[in-house]
Formats: sequence, structure tokens, C-alpha cells
Amino acid sequence: MNLGVLFSGGKDSVFACSRAMEKNTVSCLITLVSENPDSYMFHTPNVRRTDLQARAMNLPLLTWPTRGEKEEELADLRAAIRAAREKCGLQGIVTGAIESVYQAARVQRICRDLDLWCFNPLWQINQLDYLRLLLARGFLVIISGVFAYPFDASWLGAALDRDRIEMLAALQRRYQINPSGEGGELETFVLDGPCFTRRIKIIEASSSYRNYRGHYLIEEARLVDK
Amino acid sequence: MILLVDLCYQEDSLSAYEFVRPIADALARAGAGVECRHYTRVTPESASECEGVVLCGTALKDNGYAEHIELFSWLQDPGVPALGICAGMQVMASLFGGRIIPHPAIGLEDISVVEDSSLLGPPRQIQGYHLHNYGVTLPPGFRLLAGTAEAVEAFRHPDRPLYGILFHPEVRNRWVLERFLDL
Repeated sequence: MNLGVLFSGGKDSVFACSRAMEKNTVSCLITLVSENPDSYMFHTPNVRRTDLQARAMNLPLLTWPTRGEKEEELADLRAAIRAAREKCGLQGIVTGAIESVYQAARVQRICRDLDLWCFNPLWQINQLDYLRLLLARGFLVIISGVFAYPFDASWLGAALDRDRIEMLAALQRRYQINPSGEGGELETFVLDGPCFTRRIKIIEASSSYRNYRGHYLIEEARLVDK
Repeated sequence: MILLVDLCYQEDSLSAYEFVRPIADALARAGAGVECRHYTRVTPESASECEGVVLCGTALKDNGYAEHIELFSWLQDPGVPALGICAGMQVMASLFGGRIIPHPAIGLEDISVVEDSSLLGPPRQIQGYHLHNYGVTLPPGFRLLAGTAEAVEAFRHPDRPLYGILFHPEVRNRWVLERFLDL
């Protein structure tokens, strides 16, 4: 089955893509580039760097612009999926949804209307188990954005390692955050993984942080041999 | 040991992560031992050796199981408790004289529990996650536990602990799986 992956460059879409590649044929990655930094549906920090990830995975990347306004971006998503279906002969769509009924239901409806299969291979996964699995499988994930109390600036650009995962577990116990960040608490970017033929090396990056909100922006990066 | 039956289009499919694994994890976290098996590999012996059977749901476009209802005939023999989820409920309905009918729904919706039962508890409103293109008619003699005669949300066999639910309990209703283990 030919599949397209809704792809933000964050850990969830990369891991969902990895699972899809193990079972089926991934024909393209589909990235919506939002002009709205607070997009309801689409991860924004470093999304323009998905081209490096696509090249690292040897997969075509289809990008689609969206203004990122709440219901309008759904129409944009539908248009992007329809275009990808036509261009790549897609039979199904893969998402990295974990618990967000909001996201999952909307993509399910679009797929139903476009006569496409819909796969959510991370659906309802235990979030801490999932973070540990990412690490065990060799994914190199960095924190590219924080958007909630009590995340401080030290998280920006940090690798998701064993210590950070245990910190997230503690924050989940104390503040009931989603440790995978699906509630919008944090966002990530993947630099390497088992489905990457090359890894991404960050040459230059910048951070901005204020009032528990911050971004880690990759200014320059390139692919290097593993 | 709970036998968890995978109704997806093929064994070890990408869909299993979405429709089988979450149920297995929820049952395991509730303390049950779980054995997953694709519906094409379930035998009457394997079903009779377990303490309960759960039939999983499938993706919206995945209706292959409905063309192989005869492979589920082992469910007709009196035996262990069974819970059919979405596609699993459709299989149960077909086996016992009901019909699979078009009834598309996606997302969280209010569900009316209309009859007290060991599985769903007393009558009240709950919210459940729907992901289906088809529903069922109530098989002859079955009790309607939730929904209406025109839109059946949950049923049970009149005499045996066989239950069907149309909503997906792994989303915000894992208590249903815990109660199933206590039947």
C-alpha cells in the first residue's frame, strides 16, 4: 500500500513514518507550512527543515502553505492530501497522533471523504514508554520549542535523553503534563534515526525564551554521514 | 489469559498498532495476561482455552472480516465471556442474526446507556469515541444496553456474557475493559 505521511519533522511524525516504512511503502512526506506560530494542527518550529529529513530518509517531500487559521487550515490539509494522492498515487495517510481526538478525527474525516486509508501507529501509546522506545531505537530528538509552565530555557535545544525523559516523568506526576508534548507543552525535531541514511548536523542555531515560551531555531544545518 | 482477536486486513499490519496494541496494553495494565491472534488463526480450541475473548476494531476502510464471518463460528459455542468492539460487534451481530448496516460516525459523541449491565453499569450519559462506517441491527433476543433500536451502541446476549460495543473503549473509556475482566 502506498502511503503518505503527514510530516512535521517532530518525533511523532518521524516515528510514525518509521513504523509505516517497516510495514508498507511510504511514497511521500506531506508538510504543511503554517504562517501561524500558534497553529491548531501543525507543528511550526523548524518545519522548513523537513527537507533535510526527507533527504536523509530518501523520500519525496511535498510542502503546502497554510495561513494556519483554525478551520481554514483544515481545508488546506484536505487540499494538500488530495494533491499528494494525485501526485504519488497514495492509498493511505499516516499520522503521528497519540491521544488528540481533535487531530485524529479531523484527519479520519478527510481520509474518508477522499477514499483513503488512515493509519495512526502511535495511537494511545503510553507516552513515557514511547519516549523510552525512541531512545532505545536510536532516534536523536531535540526539544525545539517549549510552551508551558514549568519548562525553562534549559530545555531548548536539549537532546531527549534518559535524564530528560525522567524529568518529563516527574513533571507529568506533578503537573499532569503530556510527557510527549501532544498537549502543546513542547515540540521536537529529529536529527537522526534508524530510518535516516544520513544524520542532520546543526551548524548554527538560535534560541528565544520568555515567560515559559521559547523556540530553538535551526539557522543552518546539513546532512553528514553517520 | 484473554484472547485478543485482531480483525485487521492482514496479520501484523500497520493497523494493529492502532486497533490491537492499545487494547492489549489496557488489558495488561489492568492485570490480564493477553494473547493476540489474527482472526484467520483462531481455532475453537484456542478460544475455549482462554478466560475471555476480545474482538478488536479495524480501520474505516477495513471491512474484510465481514466477508469471513464463518471464521468466527467458534463464538456461537457456549463458553467464555466475549467483548466485540466496533468491527467485533458487527461480527457478533452477524453471527447471531443481526445485520451490518451503513452508519458512519467519527469522533467523540454522547452515548445513552439505557439498561444496567455488568459491563457498562447503570443507565446514564457517557462520551465515547466513534470510528466506523457501519453499525448493526439488534440480533433477535439480544438486550439493548446503549443507544436506540435504530442506532445500537451496545448490546448483550440474552443468556451468555457476550457483549458488543460500537465505540472504542481504548479512548477515554478503558474502564469498560477493566469491567470486562471482572465479568
